[in-house]
Amino acid sequence: MSAHDLIATPGQTVGPFFHYALPYDGDSELVPPGRADAVRLHGQVLDGDGAPVPDALIELWQADAEGRVCREPGSLRRDGFTFTGWGRAATDDAGHYSFSTVRPGPAVAGAAPFFALTVFARGLPNRLFTRAYLPGDDAARSADALLSAVEEGRRSTLVAVPDAQGLRFDIRLQGDDETVFLAHPRH
Amino acid sequence: MREQELATQADIDGEIAGIATAYERDVAEETQPRLDYPPYRSSLLRHPTHDLQRADPEGVELWAPVFGHHEVGASEADLTVQHAGEPIGERMVVTGRVLDGDGRPVRRQLVEIWQANAGGRYIHQRDQHPAAIDPNFSGVGRCLTDDDGSYWFTTIKPGPYPWKNHRNAWRPAHIHFSLFGTEFTQRIVTQMYFPGDPLFARDPIYQSVVDPRARGRLVASYDHDLSQHEWCTGYRWDIVLTGSHRTLTDGERGEHA
Repeated sequence: MSAHDLIATPGQTVGPFFHYALPYDGDSELVPPGRADAVRLHGQVLDGDGAPVPDALIELWQADAEGRVCREPGSLRRDGFTFTGWGRAATDDAGHYSFSTVRPGPAVAGAAPFFALTVFARGLPNRLFTRAYLPGDDAARSADALLSAVEEGRRSTLVAVPDAQGLRFDIRLQGDDETVFLAHPRH
Repeated sequence: MREQELATQADIDGEIAGIATAYERDVAEETQPRLDYPPYRSSLLRHPTHDLQRADPEGVELWAPVFGHHEVGASEADLTVQHAGEPIGERMVVTGRVLDGDGRPVRRQLVEIWQANAGGRYIHQRDQHPAAIDPNFSGVGRCLTDDDGSYWFTTIKPGPYPWKNHRNAWRPAHIHFSLFGTEFTQRIVTQMYFPGDPLFARDPIYQSVVDPRARGRLVASYDHDLSQHEWCTGYRWDIVLTGSHRTLTDGERGEHA
């Protein structure tokens, strides 16, 4: 950090009226649903009463299946073949979001792979960051720096759960089982 | 919510003033909005109550998605030419630079905006404010920053509009901005306001940034050099993202630009 660091512009809530601006055709389909290696990453966004949040927007950023960071454009106009690693999904009336994607590979051999997620919502004054780790490979997760730093009782909020359609990851903004949200240095 | 359950503007003003007075006694400078800001009623059940977990960015978090000119049309930066006719209201341009926390321009990165029309009405099914929809204005724009980190939009100055946070609640006129940096952790969505808006003091979303200097960073400047003869007014608004963690590539630093 230098003495010349600029001070960041504040965030503000995404508000209730983003639906005609930010979502777009194919936004949540990083790979076409139904492709052999496609997996569904989905879940509900819930408030402090456990009620669904129907006006949230989730963004996904992830490595490809081999753990490589994607440097290809094309998320806004998907060609059906290029994996860009990025997508967004608005929640529906039941607070449910859903992505069609692939399981990310580890960044380095033995590391615990995760999906990086950003959460926006009406009523949320600033965006939140979190991670959804892949289930399985307990050894990799137990060696993970972030998971080790989180108190044991809350670690499960950062791990996706296998279900019939793929991976489920609920996001609880508040209350019992509140999701662990992240703050990064220099913020 | 029934109308009799809504707080009055005086109630909200009192809550905002109480938080501001308590903040003045504090020593730490807050540069971002409070997640827990009760005057903004929708936040009551939607803010985390645990402290955010400190985390060093790793892997993909040290990078940001890449967008290209083939997927953002040049005309998307002009919100006044998206329909057959001229939209109603004050034509304006807004431009500025997107910088990272080290002062480096964020090059060729996506900027998205959305806003109400001149009458304070959004084209959104949940906006039932009885002001006119303008058939010639959608209020959505996109562009990529240039090699200097600059963005540029032509639009219509949005109007203030009412909302149901409390009785007689009005949002100051604003344009929503969505920004990406060179790293995932720099992602931000925010709102740009116009100088001297009389609604600033009464708006719990603007006031959720409790430091007055930090709030000021959300307000554009009127710039007469950007206004154009018999055509439009001009505003300038620079945006600073948080600091980076990764050593930038030559292309990002622009050594070959």
